[in-house]
Amino acid sequence: MSRSRKAILGAVLLAGMALAALAEAQPPSGVTHAPGGSQQKQLQLGAELFAANCASCHGFRGEGVLTPRENGVGGATGQGPSLIGVGEMAPDFYLRTGRMPLEHAGEEPERQRPFFNSREIEAISAYVASFGGGPKIPEPKPDYGSLSEGMSLFTEHCAGCHQIVGEGGYVPGAKVPVLGHATPTQIAEAVRIGPFLMPKFPQSQISEDDLNKIIAYVMRSKHPEDAGGWGIGHIGPVPEGMIAWFVAVFVLAGLCAVIGRRLST
Amino acid sequence: MIRRAIRFLDQRSGSAPLLKKTLRYVFPDHWSFLLGEVALYAFIVLVATGVYLTLFFEPSTAKTVYHGSYAPLRGMEMSRAYASVVHLSFDVKAGLLIRQTHHWAADVFIAAIVLHLIRVFFTGAYRKPRELTYLIGILMLFTALLEGYLGYSLVDDLLSGMGLAIGYGVALSLPFVGGNLALAIWGHPFPGDPSFWSRMYIGHVLILPLLIGGLLAAHLALVASRHHTQFQRRSVPSERKVVGIPTFPGQVPRSLGLMIAVAGVLVLLGGLVQINPVWLWGPYHVYDGTNGAQPDWYLGWLIGALRLVPSFDVVVGNRTLVPNPFWGGVLFPLVVMAALMLWPWLERRATGDRRAHNVLQRPRDAPVRTGIGAGFLAWVAMIFMAGASDRALVFLGISYMSQIWFYRVAVWIVPVLVGLVAWRFCLALRGMEEVQAEREAAVRSAQPE
Amino acid sequence: MKSRTKFALAAAFGLLREAGRRKKQKPIIEAEGGDPRAELIVALLLLGAAACAVMFIVVYALDWPNMTQWLGLCLGGCLLLIAAALIYAGETFVPTEELEEDYPPIEHPEAQEELDQIGRESVRGFTRKRLLLGAAGAAGAALGAALVVPAASLGPFLDTESFYYSPWHRDRRLVDEAGKPYRAEEIEYETFYTAFPENAYREELAAPLVVVKVDPSELELPEGRESWAPEGIVAYSKVCTHAGCAIALYRKPRFPQAEPRPALVCPCHYSTFDPAEGGKVIFGPAGRDLPQLPLLVDSAGELRAAGNFSSPVGPSFWGVRTRRPTA
Repeated sequence: MSRSRKAILGAVLLAGMALAALAEAQPPSGVTHAPGGSQQKQLQLGAELFAANCASCHGFRGEGVLTPRENGVGGATGQGPSLIGVGEMAPDFYLRTGRMPLEHAGEEPERQRPFFNSREIEAISAYVASFGGGPKIPEPKPDYGSLSEGMSLFTEHCAGCHQIVGEGGYVPGAKVPVLGHATPTQIAEAVRIGPFLMPKFPQSQISEDDLNKIIAYVMRSKHPEDAGGWGIGHIGPVPEGMIAWFVAVFVLAGLCAVIGRRLST
Repeated sequence: MIRRAIRFLDQRSGSAPLLKKTLRYVFPDHWSFLLGEVALYAFIVLVATGVYLTLFFEPSTAKTVYHGSYAPLRGMEMSRAYASVVHLSFDVKAGLLIRQTHHWAADVFIAAIVLHLIRVFFTGAYRKPRELTYLIGILMLFTALLEGYLGYSLVDDLLSGMGLAIGYGVALSLPFVGGNLALAIWGHPFPGDPSFWSRMYIGHVLILPLLIGGLLAAHLALVASRHHTQFQRRSVPSERKVVGIPTFPGQVPRSLGLMIAVAGVLVLLGGLVQINPVWLWGPYHVYDGTNGAQPDWYLGWLIGALRLVPSFDVVVGNRTLVPNPFWGGVLFPLVVMAALMLWPWLERRATGDRRAHNVLQRPRDAPVRTGIGAGFLAWVAMIFMAGASDRALVFLGISYMSQIWFYRVAVWIVPVLVGLVAWRFCLALRGMEEVQAEREAAVRSAQPE
Repeated sequence: MKSRTKFALAAAFGLLREAGRRKKQKPIIEAEGGDPRAELIVALLLLGAAACAVMFIVVYALDWPNMTQWLGLCLGGCLLLIAAALIYAGETFVPTEELEEDYPPIEHPEAQEELDQIGRESVRGFTRKRLLLGAAGAAGAALGAALVVPAASLGPFLDTESFYYSPWHRDRRLVDEAGKPYRAEEIEYETFYTAFPENAYREELAAPLVVVKVDPSELELPEGRESWAPEGIVAYSKVCTHAGCAIALYRKPRFPQAEPRPALVCPCHYSTFDPAEGGKVIFGPAGRDLPQLPLLVDSAGELRAAGNFSSPVGPSFWGVRTRRPTA
């Protein structure tokens, strides 16, 4: 086998491995959809979906699994919090943002394409709510009149993690999500639920009014006023430095090379 | 007409011989010599746009309520400094263009200085008789860093306030005098006396620009009196004779063209690419903070160092002797500065070479220097990159904790590897040249005369 | 005799040259310039630049939408066209010669010697050299000191006591951003509050607090602070001890069994503090624990300070003592 052949084979192998890795990194499509389809009653559909996709970590009646056992009760192997009393709000948030189900218990739930369709999500939420009590899905009404108050509130409560324009960030132990895709309902839900490492802000701290102002500010921040031109991500100096080096200095050094002599003989 | 002007000038100033000499001053024309010029022209743009900005900026922390045309800030209480910058950005025609051009110019100014320094270092241009020129250049680089920091700190937006707080923390950590010095600069514990804003302002618009201007003049005067260095040429005894294009007419269109091109690129960026959109950050309060706060790129190496240093203070009894920011914020930049400043003398001592040099070395001609320089550059660059690891997490998903630990180890290993590879590479290049030369010699001797 | 004829000859030659100067001059610039096509291109580039500049004025006057971008395009375009014209001219029709010139001599030994001589001779007759030098030195040093001393007015720089000041004292109420006092019963688990001293200036490092509620069973406060956290409510300075940024992050696990424990974090360099353990540093560069403020709940159920911080607030300075601040 010639040298170049070997190289090609190596490259193909490498590409194959990369593809495999890529496939591995794809969201788990392994959720189970109920076979009955559209004929089922909502609660029954919810129960079936819950049993198939959620119960291994949250328990069959949403009682949670605090100490997971290999092939323990009901084959539960995961570890997850109790869902009794979380109402419709939490399942609606986690499922609509694709944060649940998780592939491995304990990992950070990250936003992705939801695994279930809207009807299925409503069914699961209704089923979880049937465990007992809990808040309904909020219906925020962003108040576009008081952006500056929204900005102040956002700065005080949210910017430390989410960055002042909602571009996300870091908190030891987690990657803070970017708010670019969040809908008003999802923002309201997250503020009240406190998913993963996020604080859970009660009504007494952020009133419904204040929440609406915050949502108004976040919605506005998705398309901030780029009076200066291309916004390069609204995260400040890191991309600015890249533009300075890779655009301005690159162009100018290139120009120097055009003007000056390039060889030293 | 021109003759009459020349005569008028000469009769009053007696400068005709000097002018003639200046016009025929010889510029070696290798492209890398123009990088320093880029920095010079960026500085000119900075002064020009900066003067314009002073006509609108109010260096005051007095409180005011914003009523301008940018809706999300309307009705918010803020300092006059911040309000005047938002006003300048939204309600002064061409104000934002000038402000952004000024900021881009600052970023490019320091980038060009760094590139120029890299060129000077790796070609040995700092050797006798040009050590003073080099030292002044290093001083300018560090003055420029401080100047840039003061510039974006003046605005009093959320990012600049956080940057100032860090500056205050670093000042406090200075050995012996930290607390006293910080009180002398700020006039009061952070955020300081209102007069602190006047101090920063006069520092940014007068004292430091004058200092940079003075150093620049000395730098250029020394370059002119010692003449440029040049690369070896076969045709001339390069150590004795400088070869190149005279100022006029050859060099003028080139340098003037470059100057105007620098201004053009900066204005284009200033109009098309948003930089430091302070209206998005909001006003600063000591009790507010935002994630992903970063300094401008040229201080990225310092935030990297501050983040990498593990929790370690020198504590004696109930006194903290060396607070943590000292390591990354004071010691690290001092080591870098000292290494750069002492290098010409260190090298002289190591090589014993005390002669004057007008001819540059190619990086491969001095493999050890190239290796050390590449390693040093890699060291600073790694720490610089560590400063952006929170952003690398958001964009690439690499865990922050593993990045920090990677960098904590890698900043000691990678530079050594880079240095060794650079050194070996230089040797290989030289070896190839020798083989080539031998081959040519063999061919020549084989051919009959 | 000989030299005189030579001089006369030279003078005559010079006169002749002067007479024919306009016609037959030895050129200084050896290279020939000129290139009609390139000259035309350069002229066009310059006219384009002029057009851009005019556009700039028009955009400015007419108040176009996205004015910054248009202005930048016009002015930047104008400058770049001029630059292109100059550089293109330089590369084509501007005469470009390559000259040689001697490098200046590295040193001037004669001048050095003379300078030294001048220095020596200028003090030749002086009899009290040392005394004069000493006196001049004293005057110079004293004047220097006198000129520098007013710099002391810049700040109370000998008195570092101000670093130990804090507006907090026993019975001072904790209020929110709007000035409303916090009540112990409204402080909830799993969130964080920013509190300020009532009726005090807020824009100083020692003013703002971050308040969280920790399950009393999980509190592991240092010795002597057992009573500082009524109902599990703990208050810390909101300013990081590392470099002075605001502790604007509270990490609170939803499911503590599987997630990292609660912590207060500074967004500048990610120093992380444990609120359950008296503000102990658990990650990041900070070298000193977060100062804790003792709390009490008054008879009206409102939160008040029960004293001052456990240690000085804000970034450490060289020689800072971990003693409690004073109001």
